[in-house]
Amino acid sequence: MNTTPLLAVEHLGKRFGKGRHQTTAVADVSFQLAEGGSLGIVGESGSGKTTTARMIIGLEAPSEGRILFKGQDRTQPARGVKELRERGRNIQIVFQDPYTSLDRRQRIGDCLAEVLGVHFRLDREETKRRVRELGELVGLDERQLNSLPKALSGGQRQRVAIARALAAEPEILILDEAVSALDVSIQAQILNLLSDIREERGVSYLFISHDLAVIRQVCDDTIVMRHGAVVEHGSTAAVLDAPQHPYTRLLRDSVPRDGWDPALSTTRS
Amino acid sequence: MTAMSLLSVDSLTVKLPVAGEMRTVLKDVSFELEPGKALGLVGESGSGKSMTVRTIARLLPPGADVTGHVRFDGTEVFDLRGEALRKYRAGDVSMIFQDARAHTNPVRRIGDFLTEALCTNQRMPKKQAEARAVELLAEVGIHNPEQRLRQYPHELSGGLLQRVMIAAAVAVKPRLILADEPTTALDVTTQAEVMVILKRMQSEYGMAMLFITHDLELASSVCDDTIVFYAGQVVERQQASRLHRDPLHPYTAALVRARPEIERRAGRLPALPGHPTTAYEAPDGCAFAPRCAFAQDACRVSVPPLLRIGEQGDSRCVRMPELHGSLLAAAGTTQEVTP
Repeated sequence: MNTTPLLAVEHLGKRFGKGRHQTTAVADVSFQLAEGGSLGIVGESGSGKTTTARMIIGLEAPSEGRILFKGQDRTQPARGVKELRERGRNIQIVFQDPYTSLDRRQRIGDCLAEVLGVHFRLDREETKRRVRELGELVGLDERQLNSLPKALSGGQRQRVAIARALAAEPEILILDEAVSALDVSIQAQILNLLSDIREERGVSYLFISHDLAVIRQVCDDTIVMRHGAVVEHGSTAAVLDAPQHPYTRLLRDSVPRDGWDPALSTTRS
Repeated sequence: MTAMSLLSVDSLTVKLPVAGEMRTVLKDVSFELEPGKALGLVGESGSGKSMTVRTIARLLPPGADVTGHVRFDGTEVFDLRGEALRKYRAGDVSMIFQDARAHTNPVRRIGDFLTEALCTNQRMPKKQAEARAVELLAEVGIHNPEQRLRQYPHELSGGLLQRVMIAAAVAVKPRLILADEPTTALDVTTQAEVMVILKRMQSEYGMAMLFITHDLELASSVCDDTIVFYAGQVVERQQASRLHRDPLHPYTAALVRARPEIERRAGRLPALPGHPTTAYEAPDGCAFAPRCAFAQDACRVSVPPLLRIGEQGDSRCVRMPELHGSLLAAAGTTQEVTP
């Protein structure tokens, strides 16, 4: 394995507000994502998982710490459009809600073509071919590529969001609760799609979710966050099968399953 | 059985006007609920579970076309008018919604929210209603209830606000609680806490509950019986604890198998092809047939009836007598179905 990880986050911190109203969203978070790897971030609302993701793609400036992509520091905002686009080509993100993350006036094919236009110099024929290829990769046919988002179901929209992120040919794909809003039967389709894409393209995933079963299915390693800090870090199997931190145990025991009794899993009631 | 049911839904079909035409949202739904029991309604989006509950609460939009019967304690719910309807909604059934924040008035205090029903419907004096509200908040496990009464909804977290909703729902001591995904928006640890309280209140007050969820495991751990909805129809009904061990419909089996597990990673998830349909878009014959690994020509001809499967429950699958017991194992060996 290469000694430099694809992505390294060191002592990352983020505070919002000033003076009395200051809150710490993320504190001293460190982790590494290896090339071709898949890292899960688990936590409940307010644990800082989304803020961490936003700092990594540059939507939020860290208050502390460093973000290194292939050993290159990108903690500070990009200087100039060229660098900004290059960063965009490295890391892409898929958001939770496919109903608000697509432009409702733009046809799906045009949406993918626009991303291709920003990142690559392609002629019209080549762009068309790439759009079809991306559609094929995520399971969208010609008719769907020609339609507006309103004609698509939630699962299909999430496929569009994944295709759009992949259009830039990123090395890292951040999935922020990307399957949480989907029905069980659709969620399984998207999870299978994600593992196919990872195999085919060698993309690394940073997979943010509150759902431990989904994390198990997708991630090699997992970190557990609470109140902005990492409480446990290890291989997904180790974290879920033999949780060391009481909070990880509580999370695990709170998931309904066969023979589950809510009264036994809660600490206070 | 009918004699002792609290709620009896019989051949309920509901059509709603959408863009100038009537669209079927529920098709021939029937079930019974005994006093004090919890019945889970599970299914994916658009399957009709919320619409069923709204029909029971008489909360359908204007222009809805309803056939069939909903009887509460022997009384026809659709015949209720004026004072009788108000009494039914205010005292007999209570509803808990998924989004507590959207169902509380942001400019009124928690205390006003909790005492309103007591003062107006039960004509309780203000002082007494406030004392009762304090008691209720303590019962749902909220500390410093006196202080909470003076707070506004935005000052409470989602889990706390959902507890306030539960307190408000049980305040009038209804006989039936309609809970529409009450914990879906909450974190897992909060969900567990809220479920403990909801179950405890249900048994202490002896209330029956209709519990809507898309989470099969949650339904099987908090309900006595479960019915599974697909495309506006009931496709399966049986004891909740057996639902995911011995499903009685290929759809339920497929849902159980498609869900990833915490304990192990599946090589590939046995995903269902296609996407959930609504009753309006459902094809002739069995609504699930296009996605079903076991479908035969007979399945596409006519809508299968709800069949009784031994003592265990009901299934709307014509092949159930031969498939029963082998659904979870066999589904993996059948050919992959393409959408």
